[in-house]
Amino acid sequence: MSSHTITQTTYQQQLADGKLMASHCPACNASYLPPRPMCPQCFGAQMEWREMPTHGKLAAFTVVHIAPTAMIEAGYGRDNPYCSGIVELENGLKISAQITGVDVSQPELIQIGSAVQAEFLQREAGAFLAFEVIE
Amino acid sequence: MSKKKLSRGVALVGAGMSKFGAFPGLATRDLFVEAFQEMLTTIDKGIDPKDIEALYIGNYSSDLFEHQGHTAPIMADWTGLAPRPATRIEDACASSGVALRQGIIAIASGLYDIVLVGGIEKMSDLPTAEVTDTLATASDMLYEIPAGFTFPGFYAAMGTAYMHQYGATPESFMHVGIKNHNNGTLNEKAQFGATIRKIMDGKIAKAEAKGYPVPDWADEVEFLQDNRANPIIAWPMRLFDCSPISDGAAALLLVSEEIATQFTDTPLYIIGSGQASDVALHDREVLTSIKAARLAGQEAYEMAGVTPADIQGAEAHDCFTIAEIIATEDLGFFAPG
Ligand SMILES: [Zn+2]
Repeated sequence: MSSHTITQTTYQQQLADGKLMASHCPACNASYLPPRPMCPQCFGAQMEWREMPTHGKLAAFTVVHIAPTAMIEAGYGRDNPYCSGIVELENGLKISAQITGVDVSQPELIQIGSAVQAEFLQREAGAFLAFEVIE
Repeated sequence: MSKKKLSRGVALVGAGMSKFGAFPGLATRDLFVEAFQEMLTTIDKGIDPKDIEALYIGNYSSDLFEHQGHTAPIMADWTGLAPRPATRIEDACASSGVALRQGIIAIASGLYDIVLVGGIEKMSDLPTAEVTDTLATASDMLYEIPAGFTFPGFYAAMGTAYMHQYGATPESFMHVGIKNHNNGTLNEKAQFGATIRKIMDGKIAKAEAKGYPVPDWADEVEFLQDNRANPIIAWPMRLFDCSPISDGAAALLLVSEEIATQFTDTPLYIIGSGQASDVALHDREVLTSIKAARLAGQEAYEMAGVTPADIQGAEAHDCFTIAEIIATEDLGFFAPG
């Protein structure tokens, strides 16, 4: 019986504390981000939390003009587009996040492969993972 | 894994489709009845609808689009087929394709001989932001949506990865839209039924008639590069890179091989089918190819005993222009890039 220690709720609390946490399977020595309660390779449930590196590089991105309701409520939309992307961390794991530090009016200048650093955005709706382009 | 095959043959003997577009005042059931009635007229030797034994209905999200759950029994009832078993299949964009596959499996199993397959969606009742929210529920609400991704955004991200890897440009994607709008003019039920050139010429004519500044687009690509004519949805996907918000329905009649010629002298036999699933975009090893499509294609080719080189015509999923480019590569018609 799982004790439900690896959950999105806990992951979210850790984001609010400024930590990006994955789950780790000691049997396979593999980490999973987003964190999973069961190892998809060995089906083991003895997963442990492990803190992730905060640096990586941009693997893919988009600049969203037609936004979902949650982002409109956060102040984004047609007149204030934002960048979302996929970041590959230094250890090879990838995660979706908002991308900051880019000129969204010139998406053709945003470079895949750019170095990024994690930041933890605090909004009314909670903590959100983002990465800032730092080069 | 051993080669998969159907336990008995399945044939397609009838097909109908509603007009596609935005139809305020019409409900999903109205569109499905339209498709069903047309389907009945396409069966060369006719059918008594009462001989239909079961329904498999593909539908992504009537719950959110129309606030209507449990949609399949309503389709059965409105087509006069209650109390036959009616099952809704939800698999995002693939819902109706998977409903077709479930119909095939149901007949191949020997359980049924005559099955109705439907595809239904009524999207246009919601405002755009809520349609965006609804489509986004096909992704991971816990770990992808908080990043601000939308459904066009995912394909756009695959698009930037594709541009980075292969040197494609937003203009590369525009040519897919130009081609597909040309194809749309060949189908009287298509939502727009107009080429990009015709849409562009229409805007020029309108500007001239109203005495507004006349746009000086030299060709379709210049028109599509214009932010006002073709606004960005999720860069590099613009309006004409994206499938529209549509209402429509389709109906197919599948029968077992043994009885197919009772309905037509020219049944279309199903010779292959494949299906697979995939993980969140950030968990994929490559961002420029869709593994589920590759695996599903392989399964279908192996079942049919054909290769991509044997295929003479294909309708690939083109929810976004980049999706069609990737699909045609994953199905083996073109090398990556
Ligand atoms: Zn493991």
